[in-house]
Order: sequence, then C-alpha cells, then structure tokens
Amino acid sequence: MPQSNRPKYLNLVQIRLPLPGLVSILHRISGFGMFALAWAMLWLLQSSLQSADGYAQAAGFAQSWFGKLFLIGIGWAFMHHFFAGLRFLLLDAHLGTELQIARRSSGLVLVLGILGTLVLGVSLW
Amino acid sequence: MVTRVVTGAHYGLKDWLVQRVTALIMAAYSILFVGAMLVCTPGDYDEWRAVFSPQWMRLATLLFFLSLFWHAWIGMRDILMDYVSSTAARLGLQVVVILLLVAYAAWAVQILWSI
Repeated sequence: MPQSNRPKYLNLVQIRLPLPGLVSILHRISGFGMFALAWAMLWLLQSSLQSADGYAQAAGFAQSWFGKLFLIGIGWAFMHHFFAGLRFLLLDAHLGTELQIARRSSGLVLVLGILGTLVLGVSLW
Repeated sequence: MVTRVVTGAHYGLKDWLVQRVTALIMAAYSILFVGAMLVCTPGDYDEWRAVFSPQWMRLATLLFFLSLFWHAWIGMRDILMDYVSSTAARLGLQVVVILLLVAYAAWAVQILWSI
C-alpha cells in the first residue's frame, strides 16, 4: 500500500515546534528531571531535618555555587511543570482551547517559569 | 446500571484521573507551603525543625509525597511507553521505577517521623 510512502520527518534538530509544543515537551523534560533528582532532594531534606550539623551542611550546599545551580535548575523544573500543569488542567476543563488563547497561555507559562526562576536565582545570589 | 462503551478500552482513564487529582493535591500543598515560608521564613535549625514537628504537618507532607510518587509513576510510565519500544526493556525499567518510588515513599516516612 502507498501508506509507506508518506513522508517521515522526525529530525529533532529541524522540527520547528509551535509554542504549545515547546511547553509540552519541556513539561515532560522537567518532570523527568525532577524524577531523576528526587533522591538528592530527599537527601537534602533528611540532612536539614536530622541534626544541627546536617542543617549546616545542607545550608552550606545551598550556598555553594554548585548547590545554587542545582536549586535554580530544580526551581525552574518545578515552576515550569507547575504552571504548564495548571494550563493542562484548564485545557482538560475545556478552558482556553481556542488557538490564539492556547498560544498565548503557553507563552505565559514559559515566561512565568523563567521569571520565577530569575526571582529564585536573585534571592539565592 | 453499568454503561459499557464498546469502542476503546479506557484502560488509561483511571491513571489519567489519578495524575490530575495528585497534581491538584501537590499544587495546593506547594502554594500553602511556599506562602507560609515567605511569611515566616525559618532562619535556623530549630525553626526549620519546628515547621515539621506538628503531626498534621507530617501527615500533610506525607500526602504530598505519596501524591508526588504516584504522579511520578504515571509520568515515567508514559515516558517509557513512548520511548522504549522493546517490551522486555520497558518492563524492566518500569519495575525499577516502581521499586525506586516505593523506596522513596518509605524514605519520606522515615525522614518525617525521625525529626
């Protein structure tokens, strides 16, 4: 059948994702990133609650440049996932599904995640 | 009366719903927690520990963690279903994810109740 002649265009470098698509794939990437780093967050929480020494250790990590970078990364992942998730919940409720509004809300999600990360970064540094 | 729909298996409906309910639980906890931390920022170990010392706070935080791990399971399952086409590899990775998340849940209980 001629079905197999359909063009396949899956070059990830060349695909131009529309904004809602970008928000969607970043939602997945940020979720995976947080899953992959969950052990580190649990370890930080445990250390900070276990003893005064552990608290000082966790605070010291949060003040090191690597720790700040880590927290900013996690912070962006959390905020993007949070805002994009709220947007998906609204879309599930059939709110904002019109093309223009959906495009604008995806832009808003991206901006809110980046702005929140900037605020976090400035307050950490 | 049970309404049966012939088309579509609807296997994913429960997971879809769980993903959204757990998301709402986590969102509520996150907003309240971040808000509370902004209002009265704990400045040292004793104040930080005091945040988690009431029983209701430990239970609320545990609910957050259980929602998080259940939510993460559905998300990771979706990712593995999309990108790992070999059934054996996908099954193996799914088992690893489940074991990890169950271990995390036990770890979260230990963290919260050894304060």
